Amino acid sequence: MARLTLREAITEALREEMRRDENVFIMGEEVGAWGGTYAVTKGFLEEFGERRVRDTPISEMAIAGAATAAAMAGTRPVAEFMTINFAFVAFDAIVNHAAKVSYMFNGQFDCPVVFRAPGGGGKQLGATHSHTPDVIFAHFPGLKVVCPATPYDAKGLLKSAIRDNSPVMFIEPVALYTSPKVRDEVPDEEFTVPIGVSDVKREGSDVTIITYGEGLHVSLDAAKSLAEEGIEAEVVDLRTLQPLDMGPVIDSFRKTFKAVVVEFGHQTYGIGAEIAARLQEEAFDYIDAPIKRVAQYDVPAPYSGELERAALPNADRVIAAVKEIL
Amino acid sequence: MDKDTLLDWYRQMVLIRRFEERSDELYQLEGKIKGFLHLYIGQEAVAVGSIAARKEGDHIITAYRDHGHALAVGLSANEVMAELMGKATGVVGGRGGSMHMASKERTFWGGYGIVGAHISLGTGLALAEQYKGTDNVCLCYFGDGATNIGYFHESLNMAAVWDLPIVFICENNKYGMGTSIEKASAAVKMIDKAKAYKIPGKQIDGMDIFAVHEATQKAIEACRKGKGPQFLEMMTYRYEGHSIGDRTRYRPEGELDKWRDEKDPIATLQKHLLSEFDVTEEELIAIDEAIMKEVDEAVKFSDESPLPALDTLFDHIYPSNAEAN
Repeated sequence: MARLTLREAITEALREEMRRDENVFIMGEEVGAWGGTYAVTKGFLEEFGERRVRDTPISEMAIAGAATAAAMAGTRPVAEFMTINFAFVAFDAIVNHAAKVSYMFNGQFDCPVVFRAPGGGGKQLGATHSHTPDVIFAHFPGLKVVCPATPYDAKGLLKSAIRDNSPVMFIEPVALYTSPKVRDEVPDEEFTVPIGVSDVKREGSDVTIITYGEGLHVSLDAAKSLAEEGIEAEVVDLRTLQPLDMGPVIDSFRKTFKAVVVEFGHQTYGIGAEIAARLQEEAFDYIDAPIKRVAQYDVPAPYSGELERAALPNADRVIAAVKEIL
Repeated sequence: MDKDTLLDWYRQMVLIRRFEERSDELYQLEGKIKGFLHLYIGQEAVAVGSIAARKEGDHIITAYRDHGHALAVGLSANEVMAELMGKATGVVGGRGGSMHMASKERTFWGGYGIVGAHISLGTGLALAEQYKGTDNVCLCYFGDGATNIGYFHESLNMAAVWDLPIVFICENNKYGMGTSIEKASAAVKMIDKAKAYKIPGKQIDGMDIFAVHEATQKAIEACRKGKGPQFLEMMTYRYEGHSIGDRTRYRPEGELDKWRDEKDPIATLQKHLLSEFDVTEEELIAIDEAIMKEVDEAVKFSDESPLPALDTLFDHIYPSNAEAN
């Protein structure tokens, strides 16, 4: 058992899968000689060589498209976007090709490609470099979208993603990469975490907080404070946005009758809208209060630190939302 | 080239032509084909001549004008026609339609509807072969219009940087939809764009199946020897509109007639067969008649084929993980 940061857990998953399966290789900008702009693949070039750790030109369309077809043709590429913001450039290759080839060609082709991308804001990188667009990718059937929040989940889910025959968008909360706070016990022995399974990260009976990614830690902080006031929040970590596992969410809601959805993406058309819709469809009789949403305000990310923080969810906003419906 | 091979090429080109003519009727007169329909009439020598140069294991990938390639890789008129008519017996069970046909068994990877996108996929197929250490090559087809999109440039550059075994085959039919090359492209020779990425390129008479075949053979050989990507600009002409409903008002008068009367790939091969081989008119007529019958059969087969079952609507959204390791 080792205490790993989120980034270390991701690195371990990649290294183990590359050692395990010769068909797995990495391609992306600065993944090789540089060692990854966020140092995720540091040392990989030395261990695996240029054939399996491929520095690409700055060509997101070609990276995503080539990785897609290489996956169809029997390899298992992990294509890295330096940040999720650059995946917009490759949007067509991801949602209109990788996500379509299985269905469109009547199940003839597997497409075991993983698109890895650090995502999220809070780093003072300004409007173009701070997106949390996870739900946009989750809109399209055919693409799996995984957003881990803890080192254990990140490692187990990335291993599952690499072994999955579907294209997987694997979005990593960059703000948590080296956070000592999310450092976690991760077993040394082999394990995986299944894609498409939500997980209760904290039990409670008064309110259900549904969240994922960075939102998990803000929600756990809020739950801790609420507990000091005698309010017990249950926190459900979705972990995968597509396919979405509503089971633990519904189970929890039937117990608490109240829900707050916390996400770092923009509020409008966000995951909160989807969860609220599903709760009224699937558990209407259990609704005791309006379902609340805590999300990034609908504003482009400003550069200035305090301004940026003001747009993002925090524990205080979660606490306020919970108190509004109790 | 021996007589049997040439007769086979002739047969394939005539099949594509008759198939496309019949598809046009089925769309416009009978309403049995829906959606988009991009016909390959006029360009037959490119698909047939180049695909004849591949060996088993070499990949074929193309854009939305894909019926000719589908037939040239050996898919039957029955399954291609059934796909156009949205039937369960179609190449991809009625899920893809005109623009999206593919056959894993024939290493024919599609059939793609977004201009230029599949050039990156072709690059990926070549990458997979290089990664696996085979000598397989990818033949990647696209139109002149596709050379103006980012995918094209990123893919050529990546293929050249990595020495990937891919033959980029530009089917230059002078127009991207209705916009002529002169209006749309600063470089009017497509090989000049390849040159920018240090990819050897050749302009080929795409109406001459011998030239197409020979150039493709050489390009494939160069790829197999590890010389990296190759580029062929096949000068050809699409007789019909970009798709159904295009009346080709953008073409100068007489342009089509000139290509059709002077350069038609089928007529050219026909003449060659009659003058250089002991082929008789009767033999060619017999082939034509057999093909008319094959196309009629394909229509009948498709008419009689079942529609996809509604309970298959949600099948294959995700590949199965049954055999995932």
